[in-house]
Amino acid sequence: MAFFLETLLGGLMSGMLYSLVALGFVLIFKASGVFNFAQGAMVLFAALAMARFSEWIPGWLGIESLFVANVLAFSVAVVIMFIVAWLIERLALRHLVNQEGATLLMATLGIAYVLDGIGQTIFGSDIYKIDVGMPKEPVMMLESVFEGGILINKEDFIAALIAALLVISLSIFFQKTATGRALRAVADDHQAAQSIGIPLGRIWVIVWCVAGITALVAGIIWGSKLGAQFSLQTVALRALPVVILGGLTSVPGAIIGGLIIGVGEKLSEVYLGPFVGGGIEIWFAYMLALVFLLFRPQGLFGEKIIDRV
Amino acid sequence: MKLRKIAVTVSLAAIGLSAALTAPATFAAEEQFFPVLSFRTGAYAPNGTPWANGYVDYFKLTNARGGVNGVKMIWEECETAYATDRGVECYERLKGKHGGATVVQPLSTGITFALTEKAPVDKIPLITAGYGRSESQDGSVFAWNFPLIGTYWMAADVLVQHIAKKEGGFDKLKGKKITLVYHDSPYGKEPIALLQERAKMHGYELSLLPVAHPGVEQKATWLQIRQNKPDYVFLWGWGVMNSTSIKEAQATGYPREKMYGVWWSGAEPDVKDVGDGAKGYNALAMQHGAEQGSKVVKEILEKVHAKGQGTGPKEEVGQVLYMRGLISAMLAVEGVRSAQARYGKGKRITGEQMRWGLENINLDQKTLDGMGFGGVMRPVQTSCLDHMGSAWARLHTWDGKKWNFSSDWYQGDEKVLRPLVISTAGRYSEEKKIVRRTAEDCKK
Repeated sequence: MAFFLETLLGGLMSGMLYSLVALGFVLIFKASGVFNFAQGAMVLFAALAMARFSEWIPGWLGIESLFVANVLAFSVAVVIMFIVAWLIERLALRHLVNQEGATLLMATLGIAYVLDGIGQTIFGSDIYKIDVGMPKEPVMMLESVFEGGILINKEDFIAALIAALLVISLSIFFQKTATGRALRAVADDHQAAQSIGIPLGRIWVIVWCVAGITALVAGIIWGSKLGAQFSLQTVALRALPVVILGGLTSVPGAIIGGLIIGVGEKLSEVYLGPFVGGGIEIWFAYMLALVFLLFRPQGLFGEKIIDRV
Repeated sequence: MKLRKIAVTVSLAAIGLSAALTAPATFAAEEQFFPVLSFRTGAYAPNGTPWANGYVDYFKLTNARGGVNGVKMIWEECETAYATDRGVECYERLKGKHGGATVVQPLSTGITFALTEKAPVDKIPLITAGYGRSESQDGSVFAWNFPLIGTYWMAADVLVQHIAKKEGGFDKLKGKKITLVYHDSPYGKEPIALLQERAKMHGYELSLLPVAHPGVEQKATWLQIRQNKPDYVFLWGWGVMNSTSIKEAQATGYPREKMYGVWWSGAEPDVKDVGDGAKGYNALAMQHGAEQGSKVVKEILEKVHAKGQGTGPKEEVGQVLYMRGLISAMLAVEGVRSAQARYGKGKRITGEQMRWGLENINLDQKTLDGMGFGGVMRPVQTSCLDHMGSAWARLHTWDGKKWNFSSDWYQGDEKVLRPLVISTAGRYSEEKKIVRRTAEDCKK
């Protein structure tokens, strides 16, 4: 029982981190109707910026405090992500207003390749450390209830809390602020939103900036766990089944979807894996998402599309 | 008349000029071409880049030393991103360039599997130093594969020998639990046959936990390890999978002292961002470790890097994977030297001649010392039947800042390895209808 609980908790915490990346997809889709394939590349770019500036800044400014170096590196990384957002709007999206969804998707694929290449050219392709003081050693809980207790990974726990906080803040931003409402209006219909005076360009810059910040937070958390390196990009692929399952337009869907995928893949690897040779957690997440698609094509919380004939 | 004179003068001048231009070509150095299949981008770049830098730097050093009897080394890199399809594409693109490839080193077991059937057709030897197919040590079947100075079966054998020594003998392994955490690819699966063979002999319990590419998600794997509580964990990872394994071991409280990596899981990129968390983690050293103090490294710094011709950063020179690339290139260069001794000093050799050269490498300690490899590696002697040439390895341990050697030398046990090599190679020869080479064939 203790082992089952450990696996379950591990899955929930991983799921929360998937939600964080999935949120980047949902934000941009909600606001612009674009399925942003570059979200993984943005996570990698942001993590590399954070890792390298936290390494470079102490040398440039003679700072010894890790905290100050991290704060400065975070600030620089935020500015960089804003610049990236502005450039994406200027160079790509502005020219694609009212285009088909597939065209926009292809544009984001291109953006992903550009960010990948530029990121590694500027910051390097090694594994870089992000040290934000996350605890690495595990803690044991409920030792009086279960023999040997239940192991909790403190780093994962804190990361899940940060992710949860960010998700809640973004939900409030979307539902309760004027900008959030404008974002939703743009998502519904570009032309209609423009006709009532919503500045499309500015809204897109804002949403890509928010997605950039989400990518930066995800990059810092995942980078602290795995090191800032190319494979972070593949983390975005873990978020794809999450958005399929949760629905592309729903923030709560991203959260619930993340948790289901996180728990599903860990339990499947531990309990089904030994019967099929192991190493199944990656494709199991997609299998799970496909099964959901069969019954609810719009995902758990996605908006049902009804076309008038 | 005047016109005729001008025409004759111009013709004579043209003949003179053309003679002057072509004359140096007669004396120009011969060139030996090496395709370099490398990966400097993608998920495995942190590990592939230092290997490629060491590999190319050794060719530069060889040229700085005057080439091999005057023959200069030339090379061209092709990015494989550690993907088999791209590796094969690189091989096809480069194999015919500059008069033909001398030898190919794919730096991927997957690519090696794909090229094993192409090499005999193209007559280009494959050096797979420390990777590739373990049974290709048998040169009578795998005439074109050279897993020089190490195979995965040999590596696994040395690891079992080491823990047996720690436990107080092979008989003490009975009932022990060993878990293999491996990259779910041909590379990661290679040691399984040997570990199962040894498990039958000594009675330890072997459990297998595959990790999917690229290896960043291992939570479930390490939760299973926490549940099973193995006595030892063997790690057969590559790239980011290695550091992730060590971090997950730390996160689940598994002692790093009980973890043993293969030589592709024991370099600086695998541990440096884990730092103190990797303290006590052990890995095989494929003879060499980090060798910043060696003579050959000093010579590279002096003759290549000091002249601004270094391929990568200066600080990387002498690190573990840099040395692996350097030694791989050295073995290729010595193959050329050995072939030249038979087919003509100072001449460019063909792939077929290179095979003979690689089958007749004889690097004794004196030669190695003279080349600056003293203390770095042990003698290597290949033959037509033994394409590995040396079966020695030792272990090194990460102290939080650097790798330190932590064991004596071990030799792969021929009594265990040989029957496995012969039987597996035999199955391959039957399947592919390959006639084993005889002693007579070897003389050709």
